[in-house]
Amino acid sequence: MIQYASIILFVIGIYGLFVSKNVIKMIVSLNIMEIGLNIFIISIGFVGDGAIAPIISSTQDLGLIFVDPLPQALVLTAIVIGVGTTALALAFAKTIYKTYNTFELDEMEESA
Amino acid sequence: MRKLFGLLITIALGVMIILALDKTSAFPKFGEVDLQERISSQYLTEENIEMVGSANIVTAIVVGYRGFDTLGEVTVLFISALGVAFIFGGTKQKRLDLKFKPNFMLRVGSNVLLGIILVTSLYIILHGHLTPGGGFPGGAIIASSVLLLYLADDKFRSNVKGFKLMEGIAGSIFVVVGLLGLIFATAFLENFLPVGTVGQLLSAGIIPIIYVLIGLKVGSEIAGVVDNFLTEEESA
Repeated sequence: MIQYASIILFVIGIYGLFVSKNVIKMIVSLNIMEIGLNIFIISIGFVGDGAIAPIISSTQDLGLIFVDPLPQALVLTAIVIGVGTTALALAFAKTIYKTYNTFELDEMEESA
Repeated sequence: MRKLFGLLITIALGVMIILALDKTSAFPKFGEVDLQERISSQYLTEENIEMVGSANIVTAIVVGYRGFDTLGEVTVLFISALGVAFIFGGTKQKRLDLKFKPNFMLRVGSNVLLGIILVTSLYIILHGHLTPGGGFPGGAIIASSVLLLYLADDKFRSNVKGFKLMEGIAGSIFVVVGLLGLIFATAFLENFLPVGTVGQLLSAGIIPIIYVLIGLKVGSEIAGVVDNFLTEEESA
């Protein structure tokens, strides 16, 4: 069941956000959450064995069925937004490292 | 203690998510979905495919049916690139040094590879309505070529102003194409060109035009982000 696997990935991401105090690890956790959600959305569009990608080609006469194209389109949007947020978060992390010389949130409080 | 607490909370959250979604239409059994019950089946009917003219139905949804949504998406990417540029601001920028000195072979080889990468990205962008791919993956490949040059050549500085210009022009033409739809057809971003035969390169009306613009815009935006990460303010 790939849907349960994707929910487990999402939950692993949340656990990482709870536990880690390293900025880079938090960004990685956010990305794991995002991947879990994307896999979940894609998985609810799968219609069954033998389904093919929704692209019209010469093989469509063979009686093959297409998977649901709408989740794929939405995930395409989500991936692009994910790239933007990750870039911004990494920019923050680089600025933090420049200011405090560390990625650990605990050490930042001591040096502040 | 903290780790145990976090583990308990996350397990509770996971169980709650599964229980909340279970046996609803959002959580169908994997691979046992009836498309006829969903609105997506209408994207796959013969007459709607003929109307949009794009062989790749995901592209038809992203650029054709939801073109306005894609405009917003490109805007979000633009704002995040702007935020990165704002955080790394400063006028006197110099690039980060490499730990080694690139030799002649590495520089020439990376230039040969650059051509292949750019041609591949152009192919992927231009065939966005026929094959998997399109403006977003193609733009990311363009940005990867800039990253390659940064890593293989220690003298390389990308033309940041040129990227900003290209990005602005591509975004503006995107909006202008949308407004032309308002003039020649009835709605913003509506197709006003002949659709042509499904499966040919020159088909699907304005979809290839918009995807090329998106590819240029995304490519220059991500290349600008790469440039921002690989430069730093000059320490006087």
